[in-house]
Amino acid sequence: MDEYNEGLALTRPIHIDYPQAVPATYYIDPKACLYLTHGTCQICVPACRSNAIDFSQTAEERQLSVGAVIMAPGFGRIPDETLAKFSYGKHPDVVTSIEFERLLNPSGPSVGEVRCISDRRHPKRIAFIQCVGSRDLGCNNGYCSSVCCMYAIKEAMVAKEHDPDLDITIYYMDMRTQGKDFDAAQKRAVEQYGIKFVRARVADVMPWGNSLKLTYSTLAGRHGFEPFDMVVLSVGLDAPASAKELSEICGFDLNTYDFCKTSTFAPLTTSKEGVLVAGAFQGPKDIPESVTQSSATAGLAAGLLQKQRGDGYIVKDYPQEKKLGKNEEPRIGVFVCRCGINIAGVVDVPAVDASLQDMEGVIYHSESLYSCSQDAQEMIKQKIKEHNLNRIVIAACSPRTHEPLFQETLKDAGLNRCLFEMVNIRDQCSWVHANEPEEATRKSKDLVRMGVAKARLIQPLAEQTVPVTPKALVIGGGIAGMTVALNLAEQGFHTSIVEKNAELGGNLKRLKYTVTASDPAVLLQQCLEQVKNHKLIDVCTSSEIAAINGFVGNFSSVIKTTKGKKVTEQTIDHGVVVIATGGKEHRPAKVLGSEIVYSNRVVTQQELEERLAGKAKSLDFVVMLQCAGSRGDDLAYCSKICCTQAVKNALKIKEINKKSQVIVLYRDMRTYGFNEDAYRQAREQGVIFIPYSMEKKPIITSKTNKVTISFFDPILQEEVIITPDLLALSVGVVPEGTEEMSKLLKIPINENKFYLEAHVKLRPVELSVSGVYVCGLAHSPKPLDEVIVQAQAAAAKAAMPLVKGLVSVEPIVSHVNKDLCIGCGLCESLCPYQAIRIQKVDKTRIAETIVASCKACGICASHCPTFAINMGGFTNDQIIAQIEAFGKS
Amino acid sequence: MSKDMFQPKILGFLCNWCCYAAADAAGVSRYQYPPNLRTIRVMCTGRLDPAFILKGFAEGADGIFTGG
Repeated sequence: MDEYNEGLALTRPIHIDYPQAVPATYYIDPKACLYLTHGTCQICVPACRSNAIDFSQTAEERQLSVGAVIMAPGFGRIPDETLAKFSYGKHPDVVTSIEFERLLNPSGPSVGEVRCISDRRHPKRIAFIQCVGSRDLGCNNGYCSSVCCMYAIKEAMVAKEHDPDLDITIYYMDMRTQGKDFDAAQKRAVEQYGIKFVRARVADVMPWGNSLKLTYSTLAGRHGFEPFDMVVLSVGLDAPASAKELSEICGFDLNTYDFCKTSTFAPLTTSKEGVLVAGAFQGPKDIPESVTQSSATAGLAAGLLQKQRGDGYIVKDYPQEKKLGKNEEPRIGVFVCRCGINIAGVVDVPAVDASLQDMEGVIYHSESLYSCSQDAQEMIKQKIKEHNLNRIVIAACSPRTHEPLFQETLKDAGLNRCLFEMVNIRDQCSWVHANEPEEATRKSKDLVRMGVAKARLIQPLAEQTVPVTPKALVIGGGIAGMTVALNLAEQGFHTSIVEKNAELGGNLKRLKYTVTASDPAVLLQQCLEQVKNHKLIDVCTSSEIAAINGFVGNFSSVIKTTKGKKVTEQTIDHGVVVIATGGKEHRPAKVLGSEIVYSNRVVTQQELEERLAGKAKSLDFVVMLQCAGSRGDDLAYCSKICCTQAVKNALKIKEINKKSQVIVLYRDMRTYGFNEDAYRQAREQGVIFIPYSMEKKPIITSKTNKVTISFFDPILQEEVIITPDLLALSVGVVPEGTEEMSKLLKIPINENKFYLEAHVKLRPVELSVSGVYVCGLAHSPKPLDEVIVQAQAAAAKAAMPLVKGLVSVEPIVSHVNKDLCIGCGLCESLCPYQAIRIQKVDKTRIAETIVASCKACGICASHCPTFAINMGGFTNDQIIAQIEAFGKS
Repeated sequence: MSKDMFQPKILGFLCNWCCYAAADAAGVSRYQYPPNLRTIRVMCTGRLDPAFILKGFAEGADGIFTGG
């Protein structure tokens, strides 16, 4: 059974789970191996020509001494009993979303073609059922799994891309697409893909002839049923199966749902000192937040281990690099790899090897069985010595995976690692022309000839490093900025905070309480004191950045401080920049088309919070309006925090006076994760939640002494007019000052003016300019605990160049020949990374590469009108030589 | 494929980060495609000087493929 493909396909007992698995090493499945289950077979032992199979190995127990432990066991599965009520297990065409994801995948069991499992027919109608195993006290999972709405939309869109005629309906309670730019994806799903969304609870799924019958009930109490070919259950994220065992072994606490228990102010710290947690075990979450948490825990652990930093490092010694004379003849060694049968099974390797005989510059050539094996490396080193080789060509697999390994061998043999060329005759030849051995052999010969032609012209390239100023600049002194500074200072790095206001604290100063009943004032006080007392932290208040110059490791900034009428400027040098400029509450002039007069009776949620925290007079009747000015009303996006903020304030109103009436008008309640508990609690305490739609918007009439709201009640099915004592608007968050900063640092912002990270999923706190990081509300709206985590992650990432003390540069960057450069500036204007600039030298203008920023794309080289720019390892001469060698086929 | 059919010689320039990686992935997945392509890896198709393309044709390429 192929467990990676959810048991939907078969695989061999010895396999790699999937091509990108880490490590990509074959392993024996003990459940399927005949030797391990029945004591027979062992046919693999003599078959493996590398003698790599050793059945005498047994499990061993080891003891490690460590200073910190990071828990990242992921999430568990929703039990089958919970799925059984939707006929899962009874009918093969009821599948989980994880199974459906595999069905959609080109490397999955049906090669990406969606087919019914029952009879392999193409389904015409597919239903998704949301909240299976989430928001369901029936299976003791009261929380929201946070990710299912978005992945259901993604799967539905991918399915539609495979088959545009598919009819897809998603049955949901609330669409919780609160992540950055997720609402835009939902909009696309409706408008471009024609996916239907139905707000209803699914009561039942029953086999019905060849298909399935789905019964549902809507908010208005209407029941309906629909036939479908396939039903996908959007399963939630359960606590990992190992949760209890881990908590007992390590001694940390779990929450009521068996996830790891942490607090709002220290979201990644478990109850056991030195034990940290990251990922879904801390609470259900998607990829960007898991990646952010993993960086953050790494940074926190680095803080704990600061005194031991560098202990136990072993620095490898290499022999002195052999100098290559300028006119020294190339002496090329070529090794043609058989890769077992991977190459030799298709390509005639001896013929390829023979084609190298008498080729210009080739001194030595041979076949090897596995050129990446240890013994082959030794052989290569020996041949380099024996034949005094000064260029090496390996014809084998991809340089993307194996170049570093062979370059290491060159270094061991005293050769510069750039005197190397790799020819790909496996991934891009034998594997893709398996049925055309003659053509594959011809192609291999051509590719090897082209590789050798390039190798003749390869020159050694110097390893380059750029020193780093071991200091950080943090822009913004709210909770995000302070967290970054404290974390970096904890790791031993000097940090300057620049805050535009007269004091630190930002939005945290206005936060009065949290939904988990923690006191933000305590956190603020603690942070302020720690920042003030830490000798490695400088604070510049009432200050702004006037200019930033330089590049990763070597920035220089001008800070302008305005105290009264006195304006002073100072310049500081630093190696990294963290942007934590924050955001603020939006104040829309119009909400859902109605003009708003802000008054004692019409306030924002933050103003209500401040009022409730003061000498609170009980309020008799409060209406809250969600998405006021958000999600396409005024702002395009969802601000993520407003639903929980509304629930928090509603609970506070009820706490002050149980008899107060609170009505919340909403589009989708997005109390994701464990905040769902607070939402449930609010309903239990009598807070009334009524959904509205954009087709029938509530109408607000606000005057200074009276506010009236008229809306359509979907349960009563009629218009209702109410006159509350107070209307609280959930208004969303806008970023502050991102446009100015984006110009200063040349970093991109998205259409909503939030910073655009380097990679949404994989590099969530880095920006496209090296050495610049982002966290907090300037990245996107998010609650306090997520701001803290993101700040910790940004600090961890920013610490990396500071810890290394230098930025190492791949030697393939661009290089300007100063004698040929005419200073036209074309390269500077075209470089996407600001990595080449025009310098004045004497009276002429000459281009200069900033090697630390260069990504080796070569745009400058290809556009230079005087051919003054060349790329290390990809010179014009080398590429032309390859093209000429191509012509000789 | 008939041997008598016209067999073009195609020269390809593949970006290391996308097309070259995709060509590797095609191999890992054992997708089969015609063996008429000979490739040159570059770090970005931005590296391509128009002269490379003209040179390719001059050297007898029937077509030039750029993947980036």
